[in-house]
Amino acid sequence: MIKKGQKIYHNRRVYFLLFLLPSFAGVTLFVLLPFLDVVKRSFQTAVTGEFRGLKNYGVIFQNQAFVLAVKNTARFTVVCIPLLVLAGLLVAFTLSGFRNASLIKSVYLFPLAMPTATIVLVWKMVFYRQGFLNLFLTKIGEFTGLWGSVTTDYLGTEASFWVLVASYLWKNTGYTVVLWLAGILAIPVEFIEAARVDGAGRWKCIRYIILPNLKGSFYTIVILSFLNSFKIYREAYLVAGSYPQENIYLLQHLFNNWFVNLEFDKMAAAAVCVGAVLFVAIMALQRIWDKAE
Amino acid sequence: MLQVKKKIDGAVRKYLAAGALLVPAVLICLPVLLILTGSVMDSLEMKQYLLPVFREGEGYIRWKLMPDYPTFEHYGRLLFKTPSFFVLFWNSVKLVICILAGQLLVGVPAAWAFAAYPVRGSRALFALYVVLMLLPFQVTMLSSYLVLDRLALMNTHAAIILPAVFSTFPIFLSYGGFRAIPPQLFEAARIDGAGEMRIFLTMGLPLGKSGLLSAMVLGFLEYWNLMEQPLAFLEDKALWPLSLYLPEISWLQAGFALCASFVTLIPAAFVFVLGQDYLEQGIVYSGLKE
Repeated sequence: MIKKGQKIYHNRRVYFLLFLLPSFAGVTLFVLLPFLDVVKRSFQTAVTGEFRGLKNYGVIFQNQAFVLAVKNTARFTVVCIPLLVLAGLLVAFTLSGFRNASLIKSVYLFPLAMPTATIVLVWKMVFYRQGFLNLFLTKIGEFTGLWGSVTTDYLGTEASFWVLVASYLWKNTGYTVVLWLAGILAIPVEFIEAARVDGAGRWKCIRYIILPNLKGSFYTIVILSFLNSFKIYREAYLVAGSYPQENIYLLQHLFNNWFVNLEFDKMAAAAVCVGAVLFVAIMALQRIWDKAE
Repeated sequence: MLQVKKKIDGAVRKYLAAGALLVPAVLICLPVLLILTGSVMDSLEMKQYLLPVFREGEGYIRWKLMPDYPTFEHYGRLLFKTPSFFVLFWNSVKLVICILAGQLLVGVPAAWAFAAYPVRGSRALFALYVVLMLLPFQVTMLSSYLVLDRLALMNTHAAIILPAVFSTFPIFLSYGGFRAIPPQLFEAARIDGAGEMRIFLTMGLPLGKSGLLSAMVLGFLEYWNLMEQPLAFLEDKALWPLSLYLPEISWLQAGFALCASFVTLIPAAFVFVLGQDYLEQGIVYSGLKE
């Protein structure tokens, strides 16, 4: 009997390896081995390949561009993610009361399908010094008599940061809504009905039943939004180029510029650092996922 | 009486909520409308509206959602007189199709391996795949470059296609679909004498197709929008995908640019409309583990 069980397990292992082989070979060749090479290079000089210990790491942490980029990227994340999570929750919560919400959901999801390049000209028209946003603000000013004409240059000043925040929200609210909505709809109706019978009002239901049950979705949404926040580089690059206004100079710009200038030593050290931070974040997510199960 | 009042209250609240959701929805749609109207606007008319851009100074740019002189001149020029547009369009199509086909061939069996044959160590390996899936391009850019350079693939389409084929994201999504099938079905088939390959092809694929299709839909939208990779790995502009061509058009040709944008948008919108259910499912799968 034991022998038969072992045989089945053995077979399973053979098939596992067979089906996985092409993918694992490719991942090893294209990702794992070269990343080890990058780790090795982070301790070497760029051109000659001499060993120089931790000096590359010392250099990047004293590099002004790196410090600025880390600061901006961190600021962007800290501002965007709470906003996105809350906006998604609000929309999803309102939608959950509708019987047929698919049309509105599609509208919110559509920006995800729009290629970044198609939207760039529109962003330029809206946020230009003499663009639609300023036109709109001026009209409001005229109407209420509170202020005159507005001519803020959103792309060339500190406001550029908020332009990025807005386009991030525009693009990503949709999938956050879908994730929240899936979480809300997974809560058994009986829970809420039981609470209602016991005399709980609308707010009490939200506070004590719905929100606690959404914990799992919350962690997921935060981590996925964090990792999607790196894709904002597309908008930043297309609207403002390789060297944008300094408030939106992100890590992604820095990596790209180092790549263009062949500064592989710094790039390797920075890739190891950023990779390590993300690795810790992702591992934390998996821990939480496992706990939630 | 009270109940009637409650019902009316509920209805009012519902309409208010719908109204509150409609405002951002309209804002979301506005860019599409702008692209659509701009693409059929006469160049002279558009120049009038955009005058402040060229005459640095007073005033604001204006727009009309119903152009006074609607015209298809931009479409004519784009489709019949701009051969470079077609080159880039086909580059995009080629990249997307090759990547998705490769992902199907490599990634789907791998997802099947994780879902159907849980062995010791497979969970840890899967965790590693999840980490790889979530790493942004910039972190892996140098390592990809090193291997592409050694294989002499720089400045070819293979430099974009090969790393993308081995992306672990489609594996993760297909895995979600395969996991949703009750394993007892496979046991039954095995007892009836079906081979493992046959179980994969005739049961796994048809029953788990939702995860696989979500991977394809999300993949299409992602690779139609490809930017970082070609920017880093393709020097020759004739090899670029469409997504890098559009930003090269200047303000002077805004109408033409909007028209090109609209044509670029069509395939993505088409896939979005056809695959919306799978898209949503894919997003939900990407937030699920096990």
